[in-house]
Amino acid sequence: MGIKKLEEIRGEILKSRKKKKPTITICSGTGCHAYGCIKVAQAFEDEIKRQNLQDTVDVRTTGCHGFCERGPIVVIQPEGIFYQRIQLKDIKEVISETIKGKKIIERLLYVDPKTDEKIAYEKEVPFYKKQRRIIFENNGFIDPTEIEDYIALNGYSALAKVLKQMTPQEVIEEIKKSGLRGRGGAGFPTGYKWDFARKAKGDTKYVICNCDEGDPGAYMDRSLLEGNPHSVIEGMLIGAYAIGAKEGFIYVREEYPLAVENATIALEQAKDFSLLGKNILGTKFSFDISISKGAGAFVSGEESALLACIEGRIGIPRQRPPYPALKGLWGKPTNFNNVETWANVPFIINKGARWYSQIGTNGSKGTKIFSLVGKINNTGLVEVPMGMTLREIIFDIGGGIPGGKKFKAVQTGGPSGGCIPAEKLDLPIDYESLTQAGSMMGSGGMIVMDEKTCMVDVAKYFLNFLRDESCGKCLSCREGTQRMWEIVKDISEGKGKEEDLELLEELANATRDASMCGLGQTAANPVLSTIRYFRDEFEAHIRDKKCPAGVCIKLIRYSVIEEKCTGCLACLKVCPQEAISGELKKVHVIDQNKCIKCGACFEACNFDAIKIM
Amino acid sequence: MWREPVPGEASEFESIIKKHPREKKSLIPILQDIQAKFNFLPQDALALVSDTLKIPLIDVVSVASFYNAFSLTPRGKHLITVCMGTACHVRGAPAILEEFKRKLKIDVEETTDDNFFTLETVNCLGACALGPITVIDGDYYGQMKIRKVDKLIRKFRPEKRSKTE
Amino acid sequence: MINLRINGLEVRAEEGWTVLEAAKFYGIEIPTLCYHEGLSPYGGCRLCLVEIGERPRTKLASSCTYPVEEGLVVRTDTRRVIETRRMMIELMLSIAPYSRVIQDLASKFGVTKVRFKIRNEECILCGLCVRMCAEQMDGRAIGFQNRGYKRKISTPFDIKSEECRLCGGCIYICPACQLKCQGPQEVTAVCNACLTMEPTCLDTYDELQCWMYDVGRCGTCVREKKEKTESKEQARSSK
Repeated sequence: MGIKKLEEIRGEILKSRKKKKPTITICSGTGCHAYGCIKVAQAFEDEIKRQNLQDTVDVRTTGCHGFCERGPIVVIQPEGIFYQRIQLKDIKEVISETIKGKKIIERLLYVDPKTDEKIAYEKEVPFYKKQRRIIFENNGFIDPTEIEDYIALNGYSALAKVLKQMTPQEVIEEIKKSGLRGRGGAGFPTGYKWDFARKAKGDTKYVICNCDEGDPGAYMDRSLLEGNPHSVIEGMLIGAYAIGAKEGFIYVREEYPLAVENATIALEQAKDFSLLGKNILGTKFSFDISISKGAGAFVSGEESALLACIEGRIGIPRQRPPYPALKGLWGKPTNFNNVETWANVPFIINKGARWYSQIGTNGSKGTKIFSLVGKINNTGLVEVPMGMTLREIIFDIGGGIPGGKKFKAVQTGGPSGGCIPAEKLDLPIDYESLTQAGSMMGSGGMIVMDEKTCMVDVAKYFLNFLRDESCGKCLSCREGTQRMWEIVKDISEGKGKEEDLELLEELANATRDASMCGLGQTAANPVLSTIRYFRDEFEAHIRDKKCPAGVCIKLIRYSVIEEKCTGCLACLKVCPQEAISGELKKVHVIDQNKCIKCGACFEACNFDAIKIM
Repeated sequence: MWREPVPGEASEFESIIKKHPREKKSLIPILQDIQAKFNFLPQDALALVSDTLKIPLIDVVSVASFYNAFSLTPRGKHLITVCMGTACHVRGAPAILEEFKRKLKIDVEETTDDNFFTLETVNCLGACALGPITVIDGDYYGQMKIRKVDKLIRKFRPEKRSKTE
Repeated sequence: MINLRINGLEVRAEEGWTVLEAAKFYGIEIPTLCYHEGLSPYGGCRLCLVEIGERPRTKLASSCTYPVEEGLVVRTDTRRVIETRRMMIELMLSIAPYSRVIQDLASKFGVTKVRFKIRNEECILCGLCVRMCAEQMDGRAIGFQNRGYKRKISTPFDIKSEECRLCGGCIYICPACQLKCQGPQEVTAVCNACLTMEPTCLDTYDELQCWMYDVGRCGTCVREKKEKTESKEQARSSK
């Protein structure tokens, strides 16, 4: 099938889809799966069949819409009516009221907590208003298992343009001019990376899509690959053409079964449309992609470790030089890019480098998708232009901290990043500013923390993660993370000593300097950034043996506030140690000798009568 | 500790291995298939893979023990996975894990005496809006609370009271 | 031929050499532990670190695995290198305080305290035994297992290996197994006896012998002990 035929097919698809026909789109990302979206989708289909409405309304399960806090999400197109937290019992009403009656069901709408206003349309929901969803928007319109949906939205037109009008060198120049930088974390200029691989000697070259996304709390790559796999495939095709590769791999971590499934279907459908395989779109360009599944190791997301994984060895990083661009997979030149980076490529080709480079800051062009999670009201995936401030993202888009608590810090960059405190909330987000603040962009995870989060506990958490995920080869990383964890653990248990902070800093520096790969080299960041901004909290743990946030188990006490206790027996019933004594309507007492600080009573009390000190 | 081979298993291992090209790069996909079918990697399976792919047994064991996806010991009937990602951690996942450990009387990566439950942790499933999250046999249970743990365990194992022997 | 600069010295090396091999060729000393001439380089102990590049963009790399490049600038004993090296030795001491090799390194590079909890595990996972078994003895009976802080070296399934021919090569090459010092008490964990000129082995051996092969046998301790013994005897005989 040639390029012209693709355009014909596109025309046919668009004609057959009457724009005015209502479509019920149901968000079906992994998050919404957990909310039961498949049952919702099935219920809609059953009801429509029952009422014989197949010709008047379509049902489409789409990729992730991003507003994960409010799932299951149903958006009625073409108006864009936004229904959130749909339940099975709402299905009939949606069909009768909104589809047939063209009326909006108020109780299913999102209510803006600041104004108490009910918002009817997706574009006006505050969560979406300030975003700039160039890459992510299409998730809401595409069924990832239907290539026609992607083609209807101008899909693969960038590939056609490249094959028809551009030489490989011209493609690379365009990507260079756009200023696109790697979205996986390090932010290396993508155009230059492609150039290295292009100039490397050899006929056999590989391109790889890194969907390992090991950073806990980050899931945008998953949602992209799950929801819009063709955008990634198209990007890889363009990259392979530019570099001269004939084979590519999409490496997906094994914890993402839906992404693997949707990507597999997408690859098969692309092949059917002559978009993969030999003589793509009737040209001399041939390229094939296979999927490689990860086996559960954070370090195997590192480029050279990923290579080892595909080759069938343990995922231990390799010494560089030689760099993968020259000697990568099976010794051949290999180009790695992150899922989001690949997804940006078709847009840059279609809209031009100049358009793209006008978004963002001087050093960081384009948009970035972040996963906003933790102590935040509007948990979800947000796409914003580089340069937006943390404050705007967390408060305007994220809706602030739940329960009216105070913002304390936001953690970016995963275990290689650091915590950014409240005084830096007006920091514009870009690669350089985040690094200067002691953190890094990373893959885009943004974990928000409030006054009840203990920063010593956070440091301990990351060090525990790193000592487990370290490959274990370099003494500095293996022992460094283990010993740092031991010291911070002692501090969290009240066993810290004055010299500990200095020792931590010394050890952190040695771990960073001596380790061979990125994991060890950035292992120091969580510790150093929390000490930098929250030193007083560490000192409280060491000197006063107190945990100000009320988290570190060995340093806190649970006790009943007499004035508030109503004697309802709720806490008594849940205590696993039978440490609470009391009678109905009489104030309860916690026996400190038996209390194991599990937190069950605090959770059970409806009167805020239990305090942690 | 050597586990005696179970009769009939060898032919199943062979049929799994045959589905992949006989190359080093098939090692991890083959192990993933065996893990999916048997819920762990039997020792004689690893020995057979080593012989067939001509990879030294120690290298096969090295790979099998390096990755979280593989279990070298048999798992229980139901797999409980508690998410310990950063977002879930900040929302109280450690307390949920401790409650599971208490109620099941086992530690992480251990199996209950009756082989019913295996308890494991994972470092982020990517469903952070539902945190803290626990997955049992592939089903997601979001917004976990300490008091929901016992109910959830009893949903799978109703007769036995977790506090008695 | 590749031209590079080590410690300010312009040197030439063959293509395919590592920085360590080039340094050794020119007699420039870089400490190593997991490196052995007859085995492939591993780069795990991080002792052979050197500083590569010119300010402001320098980094540390293990010289035993870093290939020589045209125009490379290498410095073997900068402050960053020495401080990092000392921390590596301190970490090793906390795992294997009874190893003579590591105690000697501690004395040589002035590591006088261990601020971590002593684990007394002896294995520092340098991998020499694994490479010895695989490359020199063609056994492949032992290898690395697990990952991170749980990493260990063992036979498959921790049972007797069919491949093991009991050649003893692993014991021979292990730095932690070599002639353990009988000296250090756990509280201090650093013997430093050679450093402080009071070898603990002196009383055990009739003929005083220095075990500090790498440092060089200076005989200072012998002289001092001799003088002390002589002065004691003098004091006794004068009573």
